[in-house]
Amino acid sequence: MTDKPKIAFYWCAACGGCEEAVLDLEEKLLDLVSAADIVFWPVALDFKRADVEAMADVSILATFLSGAIRTTEQEDMVRLLRSKSQFLFAFGSCSHLGGIPGLANLWTRDSVFRTVYAESPSTENPDGTLPQTRFADNGRELTLPRFFDTVRTLDQVVPVDYYLPGCPPTPKVLLAALDQLFGGRLPEKGAVLAPDRALCEECPRRDTRPEHLALDEFKRPPYALIDEGTCLLGQGILCLGPATRAGCEAQCVKGNMPCTGCFGPTSRVRDFGGKALSAISSVAAGTEEATILRAFENIPDPIGLFYRYSLPSSLLRRKRLNGREGGV
Amino acid sequence: MAEPQIRQIKIDPVTRLEGHGKIEIFLDERGNVEHAYFQVPELRGFEKFCEGRLAEEMPQITSRICGVCPTAHHLASVKALDSLYQVEPPPAARMIREAVYNAFLAEDHILHFYFLGGPDFMVGPSAPPAERNILGVIKKVGLSVGQRVIATRRRLRELIALAGGKAIHPVLGLPGGVAKPLKRDEQAQFLEVARETLDFAVFTLKTFEKVVLENSDYVDLIRSTAFTHRTYYMGMVDRSDQVNFCDGSIRVVSPDGSEFARFQPNEYLDYIAEHVEPWTYVKFCFLKTVGWKGFAENADSGVYFVGPLERLNASERMATPLAQEAREKLFALLGGKPVHHTLATHWARIVELLYAAERLQELSSDPQIVDPRVRTIPTETPHEGFGVVEAPRGTLVHHYQTNEKGVVTKANLIVATQNNAARIALSVQKAAEAYVHAGQISDGILNMVEMALRAYDPCLGCATHAMPGDMPLLIRVRDPLGRTLAVVSRDVDGRVVRDPGLPSGMTTARS
Repeated sequence: MTDKPKIAFYWCAACGGCEEAVLDLEEKLLDLVSAADIVFWPVALDFKRADVEAMADVSILATFLSGAIRTTEQEDMVRLLRSKSQFLFAFGSCSHLGGIPGLANLWTRDSVFRTVYAESPSTENPDGTLPQTRFADNGRELTLPRFFDTVRTLDQVVPVDYYLPGCPPTPKVLLAALDQLFGGRLPEKGAVLAPDRALCEECPRRDTRPEHLALDEFKRPPYALIDEGTCLLGQGILCLGPATRAGCEAQCVKGNMPCTGCFGPTSRVRDFGGKALSAISSVAAGTEEATILRAFENIPDPIGLFYRYSLPSSLLRRKRLNGREGGV
Repeated sequence: MAEPQIRQIKIDPVTRLEGHGKIEIFLDERGNVEHAYFQVPELRGFEKFCEGRLAEEMPQITSRICGVCPTAHHLASVKALDSLYQVEPPPAARMIREAVYNAFLAEDHILHFYFLGGPDFMVGPSAPPAERNILGVIKKVGLSVGQRVIATRRRLRELIALAGGKAIHPVLGLPGGVAKPLKRDEQAQFLEVARETLDFAVFTLKTFEKVVLENSDYVDLIRSTAFTHRTYYMGMVDRSDQVNFCDGSIRVVSPDGSEFARFQPNEYLDYIAEHVEPWTYVKFCFLKTVGWKGFAENADSGVYFVGPLERLNASERMATPLAQEAREKLFALLGGKPVHHTLATHWARIVELLYAAERLQELSSDPQIVDPRVRTIPTETPHEGFGVVEAPRGTLVHHYQTNEKGVVTKANLIVATQNNAARIALSVQKAAEAYVHAGQISDGILNMVEMALRAYDPCLGCATHAMPGDMPLLIRVRDPLGRTLAVVSRDVDGRVVRDPGLPSGMTTARS
């Protein structure tokens, strides 16, 4: 082992997009490899859990952890990595806020299983077989990790030091965090390492945003011809830029589509979806209930639009289907 | 008390599955392979939580199934929306989608070839393990190649971001079109990258021919029975039965190569079904009309195979000249169509890389691609939509039902790697059967099991495109008391470490 600082990457309930964002450092990845020893990164390298277990506590400078926490195996791994790491970074929307897999909190684990293993139209399962955490097939014992009923953010499982937002975080956001880490310039613990201002402020269409917005209706993108040069909200497109933290440099807007909020809220906001909803409500025309309802007619899925990346971290956190559900 | 009779070989975890994976191989009392299991210990349940979402959000929500091939999910979803809203995108929109898709596919195939599967061949399965990785490839073909791989990947990903905002989870598609037209200067960039990619694809094929095909040991390995299964093959073809990644009908050929079925995306439920096992979270696809007959090959088993080789098997030709030439050579050398040798998938991937680059160049050269009309606004009430694309790893189906407001009421997804899940288990079993005898486990055996898997790029390889090192597995051989007999692993520099004496779970730390 060299005396270079040690870095780890790990993923839980995630898509691998955050890992791809690391690879998108391209040539700069080589700089990272020369500045630090990557001591654990299952997606790319072959160190195993036992290697991590064998390390002294707090011997890893920083672990970047992507993905939400959904299974027993994931919880065990994040507890282990927490104990071995001086700094734990929630890396990307899923570990930061719960992410898209967190939308599963609208249902119970059992109903997810029922849909996937019984009701899906392509599934042929006459015996109602479900995956088992422990199963003996002719004496051959096989195990699977158990699913929790609720998807959790990383900081709902272990203390988190810093957050890198985004689905996925951009290479630029990651590089800035690495610079702060290696340069000993990390801010106060608990900080989200991206600019603490709304995305609108760095949006290339900022100057076209109307002073006062009073929208009679929100247009759904499939039905709107979207102008490439002007503020999307000004065009009546539901863009979450006003509620969303900056840092991505408005990638989706550059793709001529609205911001969907993956960088989460600024530091002054506790509940991203609530903030987004209030920001959007404030640009709807009228004060009459009927007018407002009409304006919101084209928003039939407020949860999926306002809480797409943040349901597990929200004040709602979990849809309670009955008295006993909603816990872990 | 007699000791348990079963010995167990555990590959845990298979660290480059998107998510996690493990393989369990059980040996009988004579130490021969009794049964192999390919386990996926993860499920996120997209089918469930897509319910209640707006249909037009599906291309962005479902791309989060896989951050390595988000563009495949994105396009399958967008095509399902075209079908849902019964809209035909304008020609320029179709061209932009196809150009972006071919850029994505080329990038994905290049990285698999150079970093994941390729090293076994480029360096050789019997080469010193320490060289059997990307560094070994570079040593063999030159440092500038490594730089070209990184640069080509970056340039292709820039095209995706140019058209779709982001390379990871693009926002390109809407029902009936794309979010914005391509500008002339962007077209020029597409064309330039297409040319570079085509040059690189030609170089890659030449290298493969020189290093692999001129070595009879490698060719024998490709042909060996351990890596051969007679199964059905599935892939999308255009009207002339040419490979097409984006549009067409799905064609299935029998193990004897004859056409078995041909269907449209909206008929997939008549042909594809999924089987549930209690020991894994992944479902196993099979051909519905043949039926689930367990993990078995031949025409009476519904197990089928999708991916690069399978697309060649299921089609009659390639639509572009260089790819067609390469395809003919592949079939000529391997005894005609269909080719049942799983390892030939690596070769087929290069044939497809050529096609993707040639097609990208064709589309980028077409003046129509910069036509500003890229949207058809839906007017029909949505009800049900089906979208199919060929992901790098095979046929991908998205199927949605919605209410009249376009809110999803049901979503069903057949994902590329899932199509192959049964055949992967079969391959692991067969490779192990061929090499494991009387409980003798050698280093070579373990690498052969790895190779059986690696050929599928089963989203096992999906997530690992630019780091030194090969597809890292931990293969653990256990005795009946759970003691570790042997461990094989890779270190941070991609060196293979085979240590028969290591304690359970240990790998060698970086020196």
